[in-house]
Amino acid sequence: MSKHHVSTTINGEPAEFLCEAQQTLLDCLRDELHLTGSKEGCGSGDCGACSVILDGKLVCSCLTLGVEAEGRTVTTIEGIAEGEKLHPVQQKFLEHAALQCGFCTPGFIVAAKALLDENKNPTEEETRYWLAGNLCRCTGYDKIIRAVLDAAAVMRGENPPSPATR
Amino acid sequence: MAYDGESLKVVGTRPIRPDGVEKVIGRANFGADMVMAGMLWGKVLRSPHAHARIKSINADKALKLPGVKAVVTAADFPEIASEEAFMGEGPMNFRDLSYNCMARGKVLYDGHAVAAVAAMSPAIAEEAIGLIEVEYEVLPHVIDVEDAMKPGAPVLHDDLFTQGVEPKPSAASNVAKRITFTKGDAEAGFKDAEVIIERKYTSQPVHQAYIEPHACVVSAGTDGQCTVWSSSQGQFMVRAYCAKLLGLDMASIRAIPAEIGGGFGGKTLVYLEPVALALSQKTGRPIKIVMSREEVFRGTGPAAGGVYEVKLGAKKDGRIVAAELIVKLQAGAFPGSPVGPACMCGFAMYDIPNVSIIGYDVVSNRPKVAAYRAPGAPNSTFGTESCVDELARALNMDPLRLREINAARDGTKAAHGPTWANIGYENTLQVARASEHLATKLGPNQGRGIASGFWFNIGGESSAACHINEDGTATVVEGNPDIGGSRASMAMMAAEVLGIPYERVRPVVADTASIGFSFLTGGSRVTFATGMAVTQAAEKVVVELKKRAAMIWDISPDAVDWRDGKAFPAGPNAGSFEPLSLAEIALKSGRTGGPVSAEITVNAQGAGAGFATHICDVEVDKETGHVKILRYTAVQDCGRAIHPSYVEGQIQGGVTQGIGWALNEEYVYDKNGRLDNAGFLDYRIPVASDLPMIDAVIVEVPNPRHPFGVRGVGEVPIVPPMAAVANAVADAIGIRMRDLPMSPPKLRAAIDDEEPPRLAAE
Repeated sequence: MSKHHVSTTINGEPAEFLCEAQQTLLDCLRDELHLTGSKEGCGSGDCGACSVILDGKLVCSCLTLGVEAEGRTVTTIEGIAEGEKLHPVQQKFLEHAALQCGFCTPGFIVAAKALLDENKNPTEEETRYWLAGNLCRCTGYDKIIRAVLDAAAVMRGENPPSPATR
Repeated sequence: MAYDGESLKVVGTRPIRPDGVEKVIGRANFGADMVMAGMLWGKVLRSPHAHARIKSINADKALKLPGVKAVVTAADFPEIASEEAFMGEGPMNFRDLSYNCMARGKVLYDGHAVAAVAAMSPAIAEEAIGLIEVEYEVLPHVIDVEDAMKPGAPVLHDDLFTQGVEPKPSAASNVAKRITFTKGDAEAGFKDAEVIIERKYTSQPVHQAYIEPHACVVSAGTDGQCTVWSSSQGQFMVRAYCAKLLGLDMASIRAIPAEIGGGFGGKTLVYLEPVALALSQKTGRPIKIVMSREEVFRGTGPAAGGVYEVKLGAKKDGRIVAAELIVKLQAGAFPGSPVGPACMCGFAMYDIPNVSIIGYDVVSNRPKVAAYRAPGAPNSTFGTESCVDELARALNMDPLRLREINAARDGTKAAHGPTWANIGYENTLQVARASEHLATKLGPNQGRGIASGFWFNIGGESSAACHINEDGTATVVEGNPDIGGSRASMAMMAAEVLGIPYERVRPVVADTASIGFSFLTGGSRVTFATGMAVTQAAEKVVVELKKRAAMIWDISPDAVDWRDGKAFPAGPNAGSFEPLSLAEIALKSGRTGGPVSAEITVNAQGAGAGFATHICDVEVDKETGHVKILRYTAVQDCGRAIHPSYVEGQIQGGVTQGIGWALNEEYVYDKNGRLDNAGFLDYRIPVASDLPMIDAVIVEVPNPRHPFGVRGVGEVPIVPPMAAVANAVADAIGIRMRDLPMSPPKLRAAIDDEEPPRLAAE
């Protein structure tokens, strides 16, 4: 059985990989491209730890086949920051202590970025429903929601006070 | 040395965690993120039966599949003797754990490991386990805890005789142990009581449901040297189990802690590492095994379910004069449920003169239970704190008032033995009483529930090192996996003692060859015990730094003071010298005796007891049976919050797990003893849209046995929520739910019932 050759764009860079027909995009990212920031928590689209942005749309990479990336654009957690500069969602996650173990964090950050890309001023309720497909077992979501709402404010040019400074 | 609250510069602030950036950019390496050169992929074959004898295992077809390199079964593990292992948060036995990692003779639950393969790819490994032929003789099984206790129930272990009963039983049974705790004379106390409430409560097993499935990458060298990379709550625990289960020396195993993607007690034992090592020994290649989510549900954890029979007797003025608790706790396939803590925690919040507690540890055809956040306490406390609420209603008394009247305080002797000192339970009640939350009004079908909870918190063995680097920065080395921000706490305590900025301290979680023994991350012990070791290591470094300054100045070390990261002459008599900074002393350390460094080991005692009081508001949709959490306030005595944000996070996370336990989560078995809901779609944990913000209120009653006043934080928060939610539901619609979870179908059925159970004194 020969492998499929996939040409795609990942985090702004052209990328190529070989994969078997049944391999998920998540497996290809992790095992073929060594982009291990996307996590597998369930493999069935229930936990969101593998969230990536595919042609501008938030998807579970565990429910996407590797071959589906052909000719498309993929953004993973590794491509959210701009070089040294963290995305406001990443910065606010740190300031709010919105992560404990950190395993679900990449999926939440990718999902939150996708939210803020299309809604600059989400309400708490809109944020909670948008992120309802991402499971976190550590935080109770409180600090995650605050971090995302604060990041939205930063992206709108506001300057919410950081809890990291006493 | 104790550090005063007013003078603290770092402790109590909210800096960014040292490992934060790599976790928000996806660079942190968790269990499954490791690769080793030449690595093979392992996969475990699991039993489809709840209880069966293994008649034969034939791996010929699997081994003929191209790309398959080895198959292991129990025959590849040494037969080891029954031996207690004080390794986790509860009792454990090395032989049981060996049998749990790989079934020997019988399978005891759906999901029990039977064999494992190593292959060139995950797909080949998956295909290969389907080719292993196992011939089973299916045996009768038992799932329910009370069914398992009945005479004539299918017996899991023919060498299990109930401990704690006289005379020793002549027949094997599923009751592993009976334990009792007695204070005063419960029978006389109930005679003296004016109101008696007696109720039975039940709950189902729930999974810890950490988002990271178990994973490891191991290598067994031909020279016998082994490397184990895995996600666990304790690399020293992993090393000990691997050594014991495979008959290896501990020194030949280097266990490296991966970042851990949640544990909550569920990663205080091993499942994969010994299996992967056996495959590595057989193939001479590194092995990677990653569980699927289905395997996590079927083969690991969960927390125990059980039955809690509670009887309370009180005077009309609210004084509780007698209490009785019978706990029947599911251990899963092997003995070792947290029945001890369940018995001890249920009434620990109260000063009750006459108490009788009996506990049973019961095996059945379910996965072996693992610790889950305050193991046992949430179970019994669901019963006792629901019953306290029922008593309050029978007395027509405010449930918070009833708790105030009966609260344990300093000098109270708890039913399980200790006399309390420096506890903050009443403080949590006072803060709850004064809260704005308590003053708010409720609408139709809305209700408010109050519940309290207790957890011991533990100390124990920890090691830590503090190294001063040539540029005046410091490295802190510890042996406890950072499961929720503890690196930050360690760096903060060291920075406080050294008097240097937090950013100049780099904490490292080291492997088993790079730091002294440290008991696992659990029992809410790390900030307390490992924090104590870190503090002492930093203090020892400060003593050395003062000595070096004294040498440079040619004065006595006693004449040197240390503050704000600098050495000063203690007074005019000591001489007149410009202060020497830590960095200046570090730079000259080669000329004053060599590197400045200290390693400390402690067996920390005096972990301060943890108490909490929670207030929960719900709204019940009587049409659907759905319960919405409207508002939640959790008040907890934390001793001293080193990093308040991570303390709040522990509280908010524990509360949310408790809400899931209360409303949705349960293991569901079919009539053949197979788990019906082994996935996150059918085993539904709380999601963001289910919840409001969780108000975490930190009360600080410093623990005098810790230099910064720390008491454990992480476990107490999961103890009160189940009763708090049940009490709120009862308050909202007058229906008392005594069986968890209070899922919509069950609540709807209770609402539909023409004669719903009435509140309290019926």
